[in-house]
Amino acid sequence: MSAIQNTIRIDNQEIPFTPGQTIMDAALAAKVYIPHLCHYPGLPPSGNCRLCVVEIGNRSVAACTTPAAADQAICSNTPELNQARKALTQMLFVEGDHICPSCEKTGNCKLQAMAYYLGMLDDHFPQFYQRREIDASHPDILLDRKRCILCDLCVRASREVDGKNVFAIAGRGTQAHLIVNSPSGKLADSPLAKTDLATTICPVGAILIKQRGYQVPIGKRIYDQHTIRETTMQEHIPSCDKLKHKGHQDTER
Amino acid sequence: MTNSCQHNSFNLPQEHLLHRLHTLQREYLHISPQAMQQVAAEFNLPLSQVAGVVAFYSFFSTQPCGRFHILFSNCTSCGYLPDGQNLMQLLAQQLQVNPGKTRTDGLISIGETSCIGLCDQGASLLVNGIPLTHLNPDKIAQIAQQITANISTDEWPAEWFEIHDTIHQRNLLLTTAQPAPGSTLQQAITHGAAETLTTIQQSGLNGRGGAGFNTGKKWQLCREAPGDAHYVICNADEGEPGTFKDRVLLRHHAETLFEGMTLCAFVIGANKGLVYLRGEYRYLLSHLQAVLTQRRNRGLLGRHILNHADFHFDIDIVVGAGAYICGEESALIESLEGKSGIPRIRPPFPVTHGYLGQPTVVNNVETLIAAAHIVAYGSSWFNSVGTQKSRGTKILSVSGDCRLPGIYEYPFGVHIQQILDDCGAQKVQAVQIGGPAGKLIGAPDFNHTISFEDISTGGSFLIFGHQRDLLTVHRNFAHFFAHESCGFCTPCRIGTQLLKNNLDKIAEAHSTANDIETLKQLAFLIQHHSHCGLGHTAANHILDGLQHFPQVFTTHLNQNFVAQFDLDQALESARQITRRDDAAAHLD
Repeated sequence: MSAIQNTIRIDNQEIPFTPGQTIMDAALAAKVYIPHLCHYPGLPPSGNCRLCVVEIGNRSVAACTTPAAADQAICSNTPELNQARKALTQMLFVEGDHICPSCEKTGNCKLQAMAYYLGMLDDHFPQFYQRREIDASHPDILLDRKRCILCDLCVRASREVDGKNVFAIAGRGTQAHLIVNSPSGKLADSPLAKTDLATTICPVGAILIKQRGYQVPIGKRIYDQHTIRETTMQEHIPSCDKLKHKGHQDTER
Repeated sequence: MTNSCQHNSFNLPQEHLLHRLHTLQREYLHISPQAMQQVAAEFNLPLSQVAGVVAFYSFFSTQPCGRFHILFSNCTSCGYLPDGQNLMQLLAQQLQVNPGKTRTDGLISIGETSCIGLCDQGASLLVNGIPLTHLNPDKIAQIAQQITANISTDEWPAEWFEIHDTIHQRNLLLTTAQPAPGSTLQQAITHGAAETLTTIQQSGLNGRGGAGFNTGKKWQLCREAPGDAHYVICNADEGEPGTFKDRVLLRHHAETLFEGMTLCAFVIGANKGLVYLRGEYRYLLSHLQAVLTQRRNRGLLGRHILNHADFHFDIDIVVGAGAYICGEESALIESLEGKSGIPRIRPPFPVTHGYLGQPTVVNNVETLIAAAHIVAYGSSWFNSVGTQKSRGTKILSVSGDCRLPGIYEYPFGVHIQQILDDCGAQKVQAVQIGGPAGKLIGAPDFNHTISFEDISTGGSFLIFGHQRDLLTVHRNFAHFFAHESCGFCTPCRIGTQLLKNNLDKIAEAHSTANDIETLKQLAFLIQHHSHCGLGHTAANHILDGLQHFPQVFTTHLNQNFVAQFDLDQALESARQITRRDDAAAHLD
């Protein structure tokens, strides 16, 4: 690896990158954690959650969408940025109805895990209490839009990996919501299966698989054992590598 | 008239999705799920994309509007709240309809919409898309009568719909004769594309939309970018509240605009141009189409322009459907491609990967008109005016509390005070330059200048007199951004909503000093963490306000702690369901 000339610095740590990689790609490859919710290695980046915003000089950029460039001096793990990440997480909490104690996803939820990781102790902002539709039409899958954080992961997973294009986000501002690409707009009418990546990739309790609630008891769930920082390093969709240069041009441009 | 794409003379693309949806909306007063399915099949698009587009743009609805559909502007200049009156409420009362809900007989619906670019015409509205200006309580009563009698808008008094463009100050672009149609193209053909580009570069022309990127540089980058096709796009999505100069330019100088687009096409090697016209300006479409037809007939558009063997170019007009964000160039391109206007990830930039992924120049209306003038009259004619870093002139849309609202063209470097004097503004408390996304200044800063190096503006110049309640202005802006945020990224989607709620809370005197801290925190977060320019600028007015007019925020504060949860308000939905509003249904 000594041939690699290209390096960036994240919080004064020298990190190699190959041309075409984003800052996030390079960081993850070097096991450097930049908090994020809407990014998943192997899927095209979206840049919507903004938790991975880092500073290069006086510029603030999303690590997941910004190409790594030689000699970038990047600040990520700073008190100010982590405070901003906490505030963004709080925003996501108040926008939806995140009922952690009674949510089946508790302990496996990335939003909850992120809140713990960032030391979030309260919501800080007033709750929105928005009305959003629940779709319980599918025999195997429940869609509760009140727990959706609009991360777009299911949209991308369904389009890029499952090849089904089941989901999309519609509407503007806080009216933005997940819609199902079926004539009735209902999940039952869509080809979504419980084994699809679009179903399993949901970081929160918006897309839940029915009839298997609490199979793993609380206390023994993912984030009961590990921090989100630790689990993030294991994430990858190997089958997606080939897709990286195809298909997702729409989102990258 | 509604379908611009049919005019394209040498390739015939499908009708634009936004136009198809507009036709449905106009005919059926809404877009039903069945209609969406039909359109999805026609266009061979996922149903979710069609449904997404319908949900994204303000001028489409899934519930039927009234046969008379009235949208009041809610801008601080052409909005429905002039001089302490509420014209929207007045009309709603007279017609017994609730804003936002269609009357049960389907005759009328009333709503509000972001600035419709009639800020120099008094309070204004759109009735079935047609602008009606100079509103006052008398006229509201007459409108109510016409609607109650079910008289078609065609038969309403014609003078109600008149728009009087007043140009108070003219400089380079507005005094000099408009170049004769085709004259600059002939020059460009004679001198070649490279030399024409050099002329633009030497002029020092910067984009007039506000960001001020160098136009010659943009054209050069696009010209050099490899691609299957190159495109030139005119951004006529003049959505910044308080801006109406493009309205005037499109009405009077469309010929020069199309000349500028064709010049750009010649320089970058484009065969196709697109004008993205904001939906609020749909009434300008027939005029613009007529000018395009005229140019085709003169051989200035189409194949072999001016008999040049390799110069083929034509222009389509795509009409938007009510989304401020589409003024952002990459969101505009998404919209042109028939999608929701979500700004793209950049880089890559449109000059290399724009419309349909191909190299694209996106320029403001005024920029393209200036380019045509520069080729006609020379770069030194242009760059001898203005300042070192801001060449030429800027056309301003002046409105608000002044005697002479209208269009003012000044050399860059003009002092704010000069503009205020010229437009008859007295006892000025504050000026918002560049619209809600721009800069708010008070009297101590009126010695500053309009220029890229000092205070930049896309054209909006909003004046607030001493009697204006600036908190109301801030709330108006905050509501605007919360409404126009595309919803893509967390800080802008949620943060603009929180800013809005926070300012409302201050106005209702439910706030404490802590809320000011929250305002600052939110403003910083939105400014630094958002995905695009809308978010980066959405909190500017609050930060400026806190700096220059802190008392606006603090005079309403409570000294004592007030619970942010209003228990009585929480019962409101229960009261609505039970249709009760008596004392026992309230907590005191």
